[in-house]
Amino acid sequence: MKKISFKRKYFAFPYAFLCVVFVVVPLVLMLYFAFTDFEGAFTFDNFACFFTEKETQNVLWRSLGMALLATIICFLLAYPLAYFLSRAPFNKVAVLVVLFVTPMWINSLLRIYAIRTVFEMIGISRGTFAVILGLVYDFFPFMLLPIYTTLSNMDKSYLEASSDLGASPVRSFIKVTFPLSMPGVVSGILMVFMPAVSTIGITEMLGDKDVYLFGNLINDYLGEFYTWNIGAAYSFIMLILIGISMLLSNIFAKSEESPVGGAL
Amino acid sequence: MKSKTFKMVGWIFIALMLAFIYLPIIMLIIFSFSSTKVMSGISDINWSFDLYKELFNTELLSSVQILDAIKNTLILALVSASLATIIGTVAAVGIHQLGRRSKRFVNGISQITVINADIVTGAAFMLFFTLFPSVFEGYPALIIAHTIITMPYVLLSVSPRLTQLNSNLYEAGLDLGAGPIRTLITVILPQLIPGMIAGFGLAFTLSLDDYVISKFINGNVQTISTLIYSAAKKGIPAVWRAASSLIFIVIMVMLVVFNLAKNKNKGAKK
Repeated sequence: MKKISFKRKYFAFPYAFLCVVFVVVPLVLMLYFAFTDFEGAFTFDNFACFFTEKETQNVLWRSLGMALLATIICFLLAYPLAYFLSRAPFNKVAVLVVLFVTPMWINSLLRIYAIRTVFEMIGISRGTFAVILGLVYDFFPFMLLPIYTTLSNMDKSYLEASSDLGASPVRSFIKVTFPLSMPGVVSGILMVFMPAVSTIGITEMLGDKDVYLFGNLINDYLGEFYTWNIGAAYSFIMLILIGISMLLSNIFAKSEESPVGGAL
Repeated sequence: MKSKTFKMVGWIFIALMLAFIYLPIIMLIIFSFSSTKVMSGISDINWSFDLYKELFNTELLSSVQILDAIKNTLILALVSASLATIIGTVAAVGIHQLGRRSKRFVNGISQITVINADIVTGAAFMLFFTLFPSVFEGYPALIIAHTIITMPYVLLSVSPRLTQLNSNLYEAGLDLGAGPIRTLITVILPQLIPGMIAGFGLAFTLSLDDYVISKFINGNVQTISTLIYSAAKKGIPAVWRAASSLIFIVIMVMLVVFNLAKNKNKGAKK
C-alpha cells in the first residue's frame, strides 16, 4: 500500500540541484584555482601578486574611481529626471517612462558601438573621458528605473502633511521626499556601480591603452591558460568587493530608512 | 510646485535626456545609409543602400559571419529562455512550499549569479567546463550557462504571483477529484502565465545582451555580442552599421507592438 507521496516542494529540487552543480561547484573550483599554483600545489602566491604589485593595485583604484564617477553622474542626471517623470504634468504621459527604459532592452555592446560611431564623428577621442561617458550612457536606465519607482509609489499624503505643518517645498524635499526615495537610490547605485567596476566591453570599445581596468586585467589573465590561477585569485577579489558593496548597501538602506520611519 | 518654471525646466530636461539617449542610435541608423567608411561629419553622407547590400551578400565571409551570429543569438536566446522559464516556474511552485530554512537556502544560492559580476561567473563557468574537455564546448555550454544565469529572473517574476494566489485553490482542485499534476496544470499554471511571460522576456533579453560569459565558453559559436566584441580591437567594419541599425529597428518595433498590445488588454479588461 505504501506509495511515494506527491509533494509540491519536490519541484524545487531540480532548480536547487542545477544551482549547486553549475553555480556553487564552479565557484568552489575557482577558489581551488585561486589557492593553487600551475602544478596544483597549495599557495598564496596568486594573492601575493596583488598585494605586492603597485601597478595592479592602481588598476583596481582606477576602476573603483571611474565606476564611482560614472555612478555619481548617473545619479545627478537620473534623480531630477525621475523626479520630473513622477510628478504632474509629466506623469500623465505614460510613454515617456517607456521611452527612457527602452534602451535596457537593446544589446548594450551595440549601443556602445553607436556612441563610438558618434564620438568618432564629433571628434571625441578614445580614452578615459569617452569610457566614463560610455558607462553613463550604458547604465543610466538602471539608475533611473528604481528611483522612478520609489518616487512614483510614494505616498503623497506625507508631502501634504509636511506642507500643512509649514515646511517649504525645498525643506519638504530634503526632509521627506529624498529620505523616502533612499531605497531606490541605493539599488540604483548598486545596479550602476557593480557592473561598472567589472566592465570589459566598454573599455575595449571606447578606451585606449591608458584605460585598463580591473575587469580587463582579470580577462587578460584568464585569456592564457598558464595564468588562470592568478585570474581566479583576482576574480575572487572582485567577488569579495561585490560582497562588501552589497553589505554596505544593506546597512546604508536600513539606517537611512529607520530614522524617517521613526520620525513619522 | 506646479509653477510655469517647473513645467518648463522639466520639459527641457526631459527633452535633453531623450536626445542624449536616442541621438546616438538615430545617428547610427542615418549613417547606415552611407557607405563612407569613417564618418567625420554629416557632410560625409553619400546616401546609398550599399551597406545593406553588403550585409545580405552571402558571398562575403564577413556578412555570412554576421548573419550566422544573428541566427545563433536568436536560437540561443529562445532555447535558454524557454528552458529557464520551465525550470524557474516549476521551481517557484516548489520553493513556495518549502520550509523557511530550505527556502532561504534555495533563494540564497539562486541570488549568487544575479549579484555576481559577469566576468566572475564567466570565469567560473570556463574553469568548470574545462574539466570536461570538448563535452560542452560551443552550443551546449552556452545553453547551460544562459539557462543558469537567466532562471533566477524567471523565479523572481513568477514567485510574487504564487504568493498572491489563494492557497485553497490547490486543495479545491484535489477535493474536486483532479490529481495533483492535473490541478497544477489546469488550475495553478494559468494563474502564473503573466509572470512566466515577464520572466521569459527578461531571460530572452539577458541572453541577447550577454557577451562577458559567452566569450569564455563559446568555442567557435559566435553571437552578435561576442562577434562585435572580438571585432572591437581591430576596428569594426562599416557593415556593422547596417546590421546594428536593423537590430535596433526590429527591437524598437517589437517593444512598441508589445506595449500597445498590453495597453489594449488593459483597456479591454476595464
